[in-house]
This record gives sequence, C-alpha cells and structure tokens, in this order.
Amino acid sequence: MAMTMTQKILAAHAGLKEVKPGQFIEANLDIVLANDITGPVAIKEFNKMGAKGVFDINKVVLVPDHFTPNKDIKAAEQCKMLREFAGKQDIENYFEVGEMGIEHALLPEKGLVVAGDVVIGADSHTCTYGALGAFSTGIGSTDMAAGMARGKAWFKVPSAIKFELVGKPSKWVSGKDVILHIIGMIGVDGALYKSMEFMGSGLKNLSMDDRLAMANMAIEAGAKNGIFMVDEKTKEYMKQHRNKNKAFKKSMKVYKPDKNAVYDETYVIDLAAIRPTVAFPHLPENTKKIDEVGNVKIDQVVIGSCTNGRMEDMKVTAKILKGKKVAKNVRCIIFPGTQQIYLDCIKAGYAEIFVKAGAVFSTPTCGPCLGGHMGILAAGERAVATTNRNFVGRMGHVDSEVYLASPAVAAASAVKGCIANPEEF
Amino acid sequence: MGKVFKYGENVDTDVIIPARHLNTSEPSELASHCMEDIDAEFASKVQEGDIIVAGKNFGCGSSREHAPIAIKASGVSCVIAPTFARIFYRNSFNTGLPILECEEAAEKIEAGDEVTVDFQTGIITNNTKNETYQAEPFPDFITKIIESGGLVNYVKENL
Ligand code: SF4
Repeated sequence: MAMTMTQKILAAHAGLKEVKPGQFIEANLDIVLANDITGPVAIKEFNKMGAKGVFDINKVVLVPDHFTPNKDIKAAEQCKMLREFAGKQDIENYFEVGEMGIEHALLPEKGLVVAGDVVIGADSHTCTYGALGAFSTGIGSTDMAAGMARGKAWFKVPSAIKFELVGKPSKWVSGKDVILHIIGMIGVDGALYKSMEFMGSGLKNLSMDDRLAMANMAIEAGAKNGIFMVDEKTKEYMKQHRNKNKAFKKSMKVYKPDKNAVYDETYVIDLAAIRPTVAFPHLPENTKKIDEVGNVKIDQVVIGSCTNGRMEDMKVTAKILKGKKVAKNVRCIIFPGTQQIYLDCIKAGYAEIFVKAGAVFSTPTCGPCLGGHMGILAAGERAVATTNRNFVGRMGHVDSEVYLASPAVAAASAVKGCIANPEEF
Repeated sequence: MGKVFKYGENVDTDVIIPARHLNTSEPSELASHCMEDIDAEFASKVQEGDIIVAGKNFGCGSSREHAPIAIKASGVSCVIAPTFARIFYRNSFNTGLPILECEEAAEKIEAGDEVTVDFQTGIITNNTKNETYQAEPFPDFITKIIESGGLVNYVKENL
C-alpha cells in the first residue's frame, strides 16, 4: 500500500513493512522529551511503573523552561524534582537555567532531532520538529513515563492532509502568516487526529525558521503532527546543527511520500497570495488579513516563544524597532528562544536596538506565553503576541485578550500602539 | 447517575486548568481550580458522579495531563463530546478518566439533565428526557489499557 511520509516513518519504527490509517502500532522512540510542568508528573508515574532506569540516557531530554528562572516556591520544587531525577538517572540532555532554551527552539538547535526520527514530548508543541522531516508529536505525562521506561509508545496511524505550497511569499509575510492563514481556513479541528504534510515547489521559498514556526502550530489545527518534505535547506540546517556528543551520534533518514499515497484532502496554497495575518481572540482560527483588522489598541506586545523566538524573528523585530520607540503605554517584551539566540542578538546589536526602543529583552523562558510570569495581562488588557495560543485567559486575566501575529506585525504594533501593518515601515 | 454540566465547542485545556495553577500537580488542588476560566462555579457545585457534556474538539490545546486529572479529581465520572482533541483523548485513557464520543448525546443532553452511562455497551441514558444514545465503543487496544487499569499498570506488566 502506498504511504505518506508519516506512515513510512511510523512503519519503519514499528518494524513493519507497511501500516494503514487507523491501525494501532507500537513504535520505537528516538527522543522522549518533558519540561518542568509535565516532567514531575511523568517522574511520579515512572516511579509507579516500577521502572528502574530510563531506556537510554542520551534519548531522554529534560528542559525546565516554563516557570524558569523559578517564578515561585512551588515552581522551584518542580524544577528541583526534574534536576534530581536527571542527576540520578544520568540524563545527558538536561538543560539547566543558563544553558537552556525554550524546548522546541533548543532541540533542533542542539541537533537532538534529525529527519526520520520518531519523537514524543510531554508538550503539545513537540510537533515543531516536523519541520526537520521527523515524526514528532505531543503526548501527556503518563505516555512520557512509559516512553522513558520502555523507549516505545503506542500510536494510531493517522491519515493525512496534503498542503502543496507554491509561489513565493511577499516581503513581510513569514511562516507564521502562512500557518495562521491555513488554520483560519481549516479551523482548530480541521486536521484532528491527522498529519499535515507540507511539500511543493514553494517550499524552497520558506526558511527553516519559517517551517519550524509552521510545524509548531500544526497542533492548533488539531493535527497529530505536521511534517515537511526534506530538501537542501533541511539538510544544510542539520549539517550546521550537528550534535557534538559522540554517544549521541545518529544520521538522518529521508522519507518521501509514495507517488500514489492517499491523502484525505489536498490544498494548494499560493504563498504569494498570503497577507500578514492576525488571529483574533479567543481561537487561532479567528484570522483576519491585516487589511481587515481595523483599529485595535493594545497594551502589550510579546515577541518570542517556541513559535517565533528564533534568529530570523529577532532580526525582523530589530529591523522594525531600529531607531524607533515603543509607543507610550505599551509594554514590549522580547524573549528569544535559546541562550545561543540571546547571545547572537547581543553580537548582532539587536539587544541594543531593543533596549533603546524601550523594550524588555529577557533570557529564554516560556514566561508570558502561557500566562506563567514575566508579562501577565490585567482585566481588559490586549496583547499582540507571536506565540501560538490566544485562548481565554492564556496570558493572564480571563477578561484579557491575545492577538496572534508574526514578529513583523507585532513589532510594528509595538511602535504604533495598535495592531499595525509592517508594510508601512 | 450524574447531573450534567454543559459547555460549548473547543473547550481548551487552558480553561479546564489555567496554567497559573500548574506550579503544582496535586490532584485535589488542581480540582479546586477545575474549569475555573469557563465556569467559576464549577468547582463548588460539582458532585461525585457528575458528567460533563460538551461540543466538538474537547480538551484542545496543551498536553497538560493536569486537565483530565483535575476533571477526574473533581468527581466527574465521564466526559461526553462529539470529538476530543487527540492528546486529551490519550491522556484521559492513560489516567483513567472515561470519555465517550457521541454526537447525538452531545447535542441533545442539556445542562442539569440526569444521565447514566454504561461503559460496556457505550449506551448513554438520559433519565430526564427519557432518551438513549449510542456512543462509539472503545477500540480494542484502548480496552486492553483500560483492562490493565491504565497505562501505568500496562507498562508494569510489559516492562
Ligand atoms: S513557548 Fe509557549 S507554547 Fe512554546 S513550549 Fe513554552 S509555553 Fe508552550
């Protein structure tokens, strides 16, 4: 039977020649990931399972990124639990504050995921690594515990939707706009239980940072995973981001969909036709083109997160903020994805641009993205954020609002004090 | 038998248990904030055995297992919806919160109805309206995990 990219990867990891949609399989795992929220629950379950040690000390990755640097005593206790477990189990890839980053920015940067991998993470945005041609999906803490113990997880083989990308996006349009556009089109359950597979001649016009932002939000369409066809850019990225640890050595494997692979639906997306796009509260599917936004006054701008905290995002932000000031009565918070990106921002002079513009420039943390700390909204306040969710109360008070957008739109909005079109800059 | 709390479509895990309470994983503490951002009275009103009925894509959003844990710890015996977000779906079985997919029940059952659920057959009985609805039975593989008493025991048996 002809298979999709996802089905091929799953079949290979289940030791099967072929798999069919709906089939239950048990697949071997290349990476098992958790953070400071989901990790402690997973550790408790792991202990209950009677497991002695993790299946592979190189393949379990623990990243305290959500409430770190520890925001309060309870958060400190959770991180402590993660740290002690990592120590006791000799986990190679535990990233302490100071060398950590937001998990989904950090893992690709450290070369921990390569094309052809099967990755589970106790964090819904684990789907990010699909940008590298891996099968990668979010699971809960109990699945995480089972994965750490056995190096295996159960999956129901998904069917898939194909996104055939064509054309070239215009100057101020990024991967974020493309994925918001797609979610607006198919809805927050438009890909429920399914894979979103991205390919086509337009792919070459999307950078790796664009693709990572797009795969990151597959979950916002309800998808099990999002995955991109591997091309020269992917290979180049993986070459640059090789893991330095000798014990970890692994090589990528490229899976292409069969010619006659069956897709539930196929969408042709003309990248050239996409406008800067904003998702209005309180669902990522409530999208509007920048031209239809109207006058929306804002109180806060948040630029960063696992969706848009990468170097290109910082670059476009710096380009817009250079020599300008954040509007009066607007707080602008910029948090890069990793310590490396933070350092690169300093080297490139972006840090100075941000601070001079009157923005806050923070070390990596999930912080405001999930309403954790570092920028909580009060009742009635509005934020433009480059994050991925605008649910009720996501960034603070239940009566606050989050508008999702690209870094270009967010930075332009910071300067104008209302949702703004970067094309005016 | 339980009384029904009814909610709309796309109920996300951020309203089921807001992230500001995720600095703990204590079930009873999570339960005290369950549904807080969609229904501030839920935690004080819910009783052992009550049932949540909601629209499509229930549990969308983050992978936090705290969501089914909070619902289960609040005393809810079952969640019924036309569809569930996939991570929530897995987490529910893995942590032992029974959930059923049934479009008809989700549509016809109203807040406050008294409802009984038979998990063996998937038959949902609405005692208030005198109606029954047939839910999707669990897939075999899921039944195996449930029969082991959740994923923790399943792994214990298969380590
Ligand atoms: S940045 Fe936001 S979405 Fe990404 S992992 Fe952190 S909390 Fe989750």
